[in-house]
Amino acid sequence: MTKQNRVRNVTENPCNMCMPMGAIVPFKGIENAMIIIHGSQGCATYMRRHMAEHFNEPIDVASSSITEQGTIYGGENNLKKGLENVMQLYKPELVGILSTCLAETIGEDLGRTASSFTREQGEGFTARLVPVSTPGYGGGHYEGYIQALYSIVVQLSQKTEKHDRINVFVPHISPADIREIKRILELMEIKYTLLPDISETLDSPYIQPYRRIPAGGTPLQEIEAMPGARATIEFMTMLEDELSPGKYLESEFGVPLYRLPLPMGIEACDELLRVLKKLSSKAVPEVIKKERGRLLDAMVDSHKYNGAGRAAVFAEPEVLYGVTRIMAENGILPAVLATGSKSPALKKLLQSLTADCDEKAIILLDSDFVSIQDHCANRKINLAVGNSDGRFISEQVGIPLVRIGFPIHDRIGGQRILSVGYNGTMMLMDRITNTLLAEKLSSYRQDMYQSLYKYPSAAANDH
Amino acid sequence: MKNMAMKELDNEIIKERSKSIRTKGRQSQPIQCEADSVAGCVSQRACVYCGARVVLNPITDAVHLVHGPIGCASYTWDIRGSLSSGSDLYRYSFSTDLREEDIIFGGEKKLARCIDELVERYHPGLLLVYATCIVGVIGDDLGAVCKAASLRHKIDIIPVESAGFSGNKSDGYRAACDVLLRMIASEEAVPKKDNCLNYLGDFNLAGEAWIIKSYLNEIGIHVNVAITGDSTYDTLLEAPSASLNIVQCAGSMGYMGKRMEQIYGMPCMNISFLGLEDTMDSLRRISSFFDNYFISSRAEALIKREYELYAPVVESCRARLQDKKAAIFVGGGFKAISLIKQFRELGMEVVMVGTQTGREEEYDTIHQMVTDGTVVLDDANPSELETFMLEQGADLLVGGVKERPLAFKLGIAFIDHNHERKHPLSGFIGAANFAQEVYATVCSPVWRYLNLDGI
Repeated sequence: MTKQNRVRNVTENPCNMCMPMGAIVPFKGIENAMIIIHGSQGCATYMRRHMAEHFNEPIDVASSSITEQGTIYGGENNLKKGLENVMQLYKPELVGILSTCLAETIGEDLGRTASSFTREQGEGFTARLVPVSTPGYGGGHYEGYIQALYSIVVQLSQKTEKHDRINVFVPHISPADIREIKRILELMEIKYTLLPDISETLDSPYIQPYRRIPAGGTPLQEIEAMPGARATIEFMTMLEDELSPGKYLESEFGVPLYRLPLPMGIEACDELLRVLKKLSSKAVPEVIKKERGRLLDAMVDSHKYNGAGRAAVFAEPEVLYGVTRIMAENGILPAVLATGSKSPALKKLLQSLTADCDEKAIILLDSDFVSIQDHCANRKINLAVGNSDGRFISEQVGIPLVRIGFPIHDRIGGQRILSVGYNGTMMLMDRITNTLLAEKLSSYRQDMYQSLYKYPSAAANDH
Repeated sequence: MKNMAMKELDNEIIKERSKSIRTKGRQSQPIQCEADSVAGCVSQRACVYCGARVVLNPITDAVHLVHGPIGCASYTWDIRGSLSSGSDLYRYSFSTDLREEDIIFGGEKKLARCIDELVERYHPGLLLVYATCIVGVIGDDLGAVCKAASLRHKIDIIPVESAGFSGNKSDGYRAACDVLLRMIASEEAVPKKDNCLNYLGDFNLAGEAWIIKSYLNEIGIHVNVAITGDSTYDTLLEAPSASLNIVQCAGSMGYMGKRMEQIYGMPCMNISFLGLEDTMDSLRRISSFFDNYFISSRAEALIKREYELYAPVVESCRARLQDKKAAIFVGGGFKAISLIKQFRELGMEVVMVGTQTGREEEYDTIHQMVTDGTVVLDDANPSELETFMLEQGADLLVGGVKERPLAFKLGIAFIDHNHERKHPLSGFIGAANFAQEVYATVCSPVWRYLNLDGI
């Protein structure tokens, strides 16, 4: 092996989940929507389990339960029967139909099945069916999310009269993050259609009686009317044009597009507020200015502690970029940056973002956790930020983990973690700084005793 | 809610599902079970691969390589609570991570390269290759690749026939047992060890197999190997040398016990270490098999000591739980039966019992055990669980991760009885843990505040 990064075939401890998993999320953010996965029964069950443990919410996703018969003779009848049963049990206004590796490989045509099903149901059938091709081998959960979001917009939006809302597209961020973005929009008195809006559906309050499809989510009518919006904000700067719903609305219907990074870090938040100021006739209200001021104050308060941080970050592209920005602004070294996605645009963005850092960042696309762990050792990492799959690294080499993103399986409240806006940036920073402090305070007496009193010559040799 | 009109109820149940739902005392036909899930019903079942993975994954020093797209490996990465006294290789998730080009050109070469890399990096004695849905469809010959690799590396490399669509979780259990049987098969006769048994169907969740091993060890019986909790390649190969198989989880390992009886003439005994009664009964039955005065008397001494230690814990919880109503929805029928007994020990009434993959004879037993009016369901979905828990006025649901948020949203207490739990529920200490967990959730103060008119 002469090359430093040898090319491996095997994936060890994956950063990726599969495409249909990611595609479930946007549909969960649409009002009164349900999902059916066209594949073997296990796919839906595994994904439900994975999401239920993160959100602490019931995650109902149907399956067409393809069996051996269906694999040989085709699964169309299974899917149609499945759709009928979903209609009876959930009475949704919209059903997302997602394919799997199995369905794609045996050549199932979701679009054809959806239209013939609609036809067969007759005039009384008003539910909208949105088929999305999401073979498990076609990409990771990030790509599945993007594919579903794009398909929803392309299949549902219709030429509409102009109205005064703006469109807002978000990547997979927490319900708490979405609530914060909505709060900022409302403070700026901007009317909006935010898609997908999982802020209520995947973090629903206790209510009685129980609703099988929780309240909330983006209303179907508003998605249909997206072409009439006066602008689009897309919090995804690394999307290729052909998968960007904002680009689609711009080129097809002339809706002006603002592509912004997630508001994580002072500069990205400012950038958002400047755009919102332009879209609103209103000045930035005092309450937001104070939040900004408090963030600046917090940055100064914690900057010396942060200077000791050497971080590995692993997340989906936009969140990874956002966390890296916060680190770069606050003197934490973003040393190892990894994602399961292959996004080429991300690499360039991260390179320019970290260009001024003291050491060159290692950027790992299409990565797995064993690669991340190997690099953590090389770069003397003392802080990990990412989803709970990183706990393995914490457990094995003792690097503390600040949890953000999806999934978070070993702590409660993944759906309530706030990391966007001035407030969210400050809260994420506090979590990071306090983790560094806790690490230092838990051992510094012992460390100093060992290095200065017991073995002083060893310490001298180190320097 | 209790007086929900039948008409309203009918609307909640998919017609095809009605044969799999029985209310004792109201319907006389036997329940429909062991059938394919009905499409679109949101079944709680997983797949063949899941079943195979559950059974084999606790083999601690094996490389478990999933041949397929990444999801199947990702969703099963270190999600189970099996503990190890040695290697932690089994907690790694290895996948061939098939991509579009592999689907088109076939995944055999990539699989062979992945095996080579893993053998080079981890030097395992055993490497298991799990088939996923896609493998059979694209025509990869798993058997041939494994055989060639096995010869190349001179270690056991065994394919697991676990294509997801080829049945349900139970078929996966069977595929896993076939792998184990194939692995332990030897041409030479294995000498028998004295007072020695294999413990089948315990996956050492939170150290459960260790509890039972310590009991048996104390009374003079050696546990040859637990299959598969905290097992290793070498200890599994010793399996034929025991003189008895005891089976805890009959759903997954009953088949293995039967096959070993046929192949090795090794008797097989179904036991259960869930609950005080079952634990005492099982220890006595195992002792009497060995027909040895010392074993029996030590068993009685152990039972007396442990019972005196833990029965008061169960008793104190019982006082607070008397007449509360429990609903059960678990994977297999055998576990459901044990749970019905355990709730009885706690003075609780069982009002609903369901399983994902229970068998006909298990449902017969359940039917005989429960009282009139109890709802029994096979392969239930969230809508049915919701409907019947509310209708029956359940105070508690016992189930897995997917069912937990549903119970909580309905304001119903919940205990985990799945592979992910972090505390043991086996043996005397497990019975006490169980009682305390039921008490902690059913009698929590939070339920008192779940009203919506506080403000």
